[in-house]
Amino acid sequence: MAFIPHTDDDVRAMLAVIGVDDVDALFDEIPASLRAGALTRIPPAASEMEIGRLMSARAAADSCELNFIGAGAYEHHIPAAVWAITTRGEIYSAYTPYQAEASQGTLQTIYEFQTMIASLTGMAVSNASMYDGASALAEASLMAVRAHRRSKSARILMPRAVNPTYRKCARVIAGGQNLSFEEVPFDAAAGQTPVAALARFDGQDVTALVIQQPNFFGVLEDVDALTDWGHRNGALVIAVVNPTSLAILKPPGEWGEKGVDIVVGDAQPFGVPLSSGGPYVGFMTTRMEHVRQMPGRIVGRTVDLDGRPGYTLTLQAREQHIRRSKATSNICTNQGLLMTAATIYLAIMGPQGLERTASASMARTAELVAALGRLKGVELALGGARFHEALIRLDRPVGPVLEELARRRIAGGFDASADYPELGNVLLVCATETKTSEDIAAYAAALGESLRVSRAA
Amino acid sequence: MNSPASALAPAEATIFDQSRHGRHAAAQLPPALGAEVPAALRRRTPPLLPEVSELQAVRHFTRLSQMNFSIDTQFYPLGSCTMKYNPRGCNQYAMLPEFLARHPLGPESQGQGFLACMYELQEMLKEVSGMQGMALSPMAGAQGEFAGVAMIRAYHRGRGDLARDEIIVPEAAHGTNPATAAMCGMKVVEIPVDAQGDCDLAALARVVGPATAGIMLTNPSTLGVFERTIASIAGLVHDAGGLLYYDGANLNAILGKVRPGDMGFDVIHMNLHKTFSTPHGGGGPGAGAVGVGVRLLPFLPIPVVGRDGERFRWLDERDLPQSIGRLSAFMGNAGVLLRAYIYMRMIGRDGMQRIGEFATLNANYLLARFRQAGFDPAYPQRRATHEFILTMKREAREQGATAMDFAKRLLDFGYHAPTTYFPLLVPECLLIEPTETETKEALDGFVEAMVAIAREAAEDPARLKGAPYTLPVRRLDDVRAAKHLDLTWTPAP
Repeated sequence: MAFIPHTDDDVRAMLAVIGVDDVDALFDEIPASLRAGALTRIPPAASEMEIGRLMSARAAADSCELNFIGAGAYEHHIPAAVWAITTRGEIYSAYTPYQAEASQGTLQTIYEFQTMIASLTGMAVSNASMYDGASALAEASLMAVRAHRRSKSARILMPRAVNPTYRKCARVIAGGQNLSFEEVPFDAAAGQTPVAALARFDGQDVTALVIQQPNFFGVLEDVDALTDWGHRNGALVIAVVNPTSLAILKPPGEWGEKGVDIVVGDAQPFGVPLSSGGPYVGFMTTRMEHVRQMPGRIVGRTVDLDGRPGYTLTLQAREQHIRRSKATSNICTNQGLLMTAATIYLAIMGPQGLERTASASMARTAELVAALGRLKGVELALGGARFHEALIRLDRPVGPVLEELARRRIAGGFDASADYPELGNVLLVCATETKTSEDIAAYAAALGESLRVSRAA
Repeated sequence: MNSPASALAPAEATIFDQSRHGRHAAAQLPPALGAEVPAALRRRTPPLLPEVSELQAVRHFTRLSQMNFSIDTQFYPLGSCTMKYNPRGCNQYAMLPEFLARHPLGPESQGQGFLACMYELQEMLKEVSGMQGMALSPMAGAQGEFAGVAMIRAYHRGRGDLARDEIIVPEAAHGTNPATAAMCGMKVVEIPVDAQGDCDLAALARVVGPATAGIMLTNPSTLGVFERTIASIAGLVHDAGGLLYYDGANLNAILGKVRPGDMGFDVIHMNLHKTFSTPHGGGGPGAGAVGVGVRLLPFLPIPVVGRDGERFRWLDERDLPQSIGRLSAFMGNAGVLLRAYIYMRMIGRDGMQRIGEFATLNANYLLARFRQAGFDPAYPQRRATHEFILTMKREAREQGATAMDFAKRLLDFGYHAPTTYFPLLVPECLLIEPTETETKEALDGFVEAMVAIAREAAEDPARLKGAPYTLPVRRLDDVRAAKHLDLTWTPAP
C-alpha cells in the first residue's frame, strides 16, 4: 500500500493521541470546495513485478546495437564499480550536506571532485557541480557580467561553432537579465572560428568571449589566439570543454598568455550513462579572484572542535537561502549523485586510463572518418584537426539515411543540417574507445547500403 | 593551499593521499592507440588524478559512504525536503541497460518505450495537479520556478502588457522564490504573514496593481500550515491582472486531496525528488516538472512529448513557437523522470490520495506527542500539514539550548536533524517533516530522543553544546573554512 507501514491499530492509536475521530478530520482547515475528486486518469496501483515487466518490455523496444552519435553526450565504458558504489543507499538516499557532521562522505567526495576538475581544467577553484553543460554556460555568462566590473555592455560573443543547444539554452536562462549574445561566424572550410572574425569587435566593450574546445564540429580551435584576443580587448574568456579531451589537450588555464577566466562543460563522459539525456553533471571552474561570483555549492576543508580535519559547505553567503533575491543564482540542489559517479570514475581511471580513453577515442574517430570517406556520396565537410567527432557531408538529405540506419539498429549520428543549413546535408559522427575496427567497418557498410537504398527510393 | 595544521588524523585520507605513482586499475585501460594532437594544443603536464588500484577506489568511496546519514540508514525528518523511502524498484527498472544506453538524439523509432513513459508521466502529473499542460525538462525545483516565472513574463509581454515587472512573495517563502524572480529580471515585493501563519490579505491588497506580474506561493506554506485564504488571494491577484505561481515544495501534504489547479494557480512546479520519491543523491539530481493552465499553454519550455496516433515524438520550437525555449542540452533529467514514472505507477490513484493522508497523520501525531512532552509549537492553534514547526525559544532563553544544539545532539541519537533556522521568521525553529513512510515506532523513538536531549539541556548543558560526539567529526569551524579557503587538495610541501 504505497509504502505506508501503518497497521489499523497504529492508525487508531495515533488518532486517539491527536484527539480526532478519523484522518479526514486532519484536513478540516481546507475549504470543502477545494477537495479533489477521484484521480480517474491515473491508473490503479501496480506491483513491482507488474511494473518491472512493463518497463522491461519498453526498454527492449528501445534497444540499439551501435551508437555513433555524440553532439554533447558521449558513450564511454563505465567501470562496474562506479554505479555499484554510487547506488549505495548512504549516497543515493542522502540529502544536500547541510549537516556537515552527518555528511562527511558526500562533502569529502565533493572536495575530491573539485580538486580533479580544477586540475583537469587548469584552474584554481571548482564548484560542486551544475545541472548540465548547457545551463552551466548560461550561468557562466551571468557570472562574467557580475565579475567584470568595468564592462557595462553585458555583451557575450558566442561563436556559431558552439553547440547550438548550449547557445539556445544560454539565451533562455541568461536572457531575463538583459544579456546580449552576439554570434561570431566560423570558417566554412576549416570549421574553425578565426580570430579575424572577431575584428569587427576590436576595441569595443565586450564582457566575455566564449570558446568551445573542441567545437561542436569536433574541430580544434586556435584557443591561444582567441583567448589572447579576448584579453587584449578587455573581455573575460569563458571556455566550454569536453572533459575527456583534457587528458591530452592543453587545459584552458594555460590558453594564451594568461589562461581563461571561467571554464564550464559537462562531466557526463566521466561514468554517467547516456540515459536519454540526463541526469548529467555540469561543472564550473574559475580563478580564485572570482570565487565569490561563482554560483552553486562549494566545499572547503577546515577543522573540528578537536582540530581534526573535516569538510563543510562554504561561502554560502553567495547562495539563495541566505541572500534571497541578491544571490548569485537561484541554483541550489543540483547533480550530487552524478558528481559522485564522475569522481569514482576518475579515481578508477586515473591519469593513464583517462589519457588512453581520450587517445583511443581520437584514433577511432580518425579511423571512422577514413572508412566513411571511401564511400560513394560521402565527403569530409570540414578540414581542421579534430578530437573525437567529425562532420561529414552526404549527397542527399540526412534524415532518410538515418532512418535506414535505424532499421539496421545503428544510431548513425546527429543530423546537423537544420542547425547549419549553410553546410548542406551534414551529419555529425562520433566514435569513442568503445568502438572496435569491426564496429567501424559494420557502420561503413551499413551507411553505404543506406545511401544506396535512399538513392534508389 | 596548505592543509590546516592538525594533530589528529582525518577520518578517511583523501584519495590523493593514497595515490602512488605508476599504480593503475589495469582492467579498465582501453587499448593504447596513438593520437596526433598538434603540438601547440597538447597537454604538457598530466592532471592531478589519483593513481590507485580498483580495490583502493572501491574501499575509499565505500568508506566515505559510511560517513553519511541517509534515508536508507536513518530517520531523516528534514522539513520541506520530503525525505521518504526511495523504492529500490524505481531505481532498478530505470537503470535497465537499454534505457541507460539510449542516446538523447537517437532515432525516435528507437525511443518509443522511453517516450511512452514520459507521455504517460505528463498525463499523470496533469491529473494530480489539476493543470492543462506539463513539461518535464526543468532539472530541479529552482529551474521549474525559473520556467514558471519566465512563462508568466512571456504571457504578459505577449499581450503587450509591458509594465508588469513585480513578483509578490510572502516573507516566509523559500529563498529560491525571490532569487528566481531576480533571475527573470523581476522586482521582488515581499508581504508579511499574520500571527496565525496566513498571508496578510490587507498587505497584499495594498501592493497588487498594474505592475503585478504574479505571486509565488507555497501551499501548505513553509510555516507548515494550510493557506486558508487562498481563494481570496487568487481573487485579488487575478483581478489585478497578475498570475499565481504554485511552488510544489510541499505538495506531499495535499497529494490527491487538493489540486493546485483547483485552487486557482496558473502555473506550478513539482519537485519529483520530493513528492514522487526520486532520490536526493546527496544534493541532486532533482526534477522540477512544470504544469500550466490554459493561459500559459503556448509558453511551456521545450521539449515536451506529443502523440500522433500510436507514435510519440518530441515537440520543439516548430510545434510551440511561443515557447520560452530550452533549459537544458537535451530533455532534462530523463533518468529521474523514469523513476518518478515507476513510482507513480506503483502508487496508483488510490495510493496517491493515501500519501497526503498518512503524511498528514504522521505529522499531526508527532506534533501531538511533542506537545504532550512539553515542547512549544510555533502555531499552537493550527493543524499540522505534512510538517510543523517547534520553536526552541524558551529552551534557548532558559537553558541556553538552541535549535542548533538540539539538531547536533540528535545526530548522536541516530536521527538526522530537522531543518533548522528556516523559515527565518520563527526564532530558534525546527521544521519537522516525518513523511508517510515512517512507522509509529520510528516517530515514538524520535520523540523520546528529543525528551532525553531536553533533560540533558537542563542537567548538563555543556554536554549539549559539545555535540555531536559519535560521528567522524565534531562541530566544524565554518568561519575558518570561509576565511582560509581550502577548496582543492595540494601535496604536502
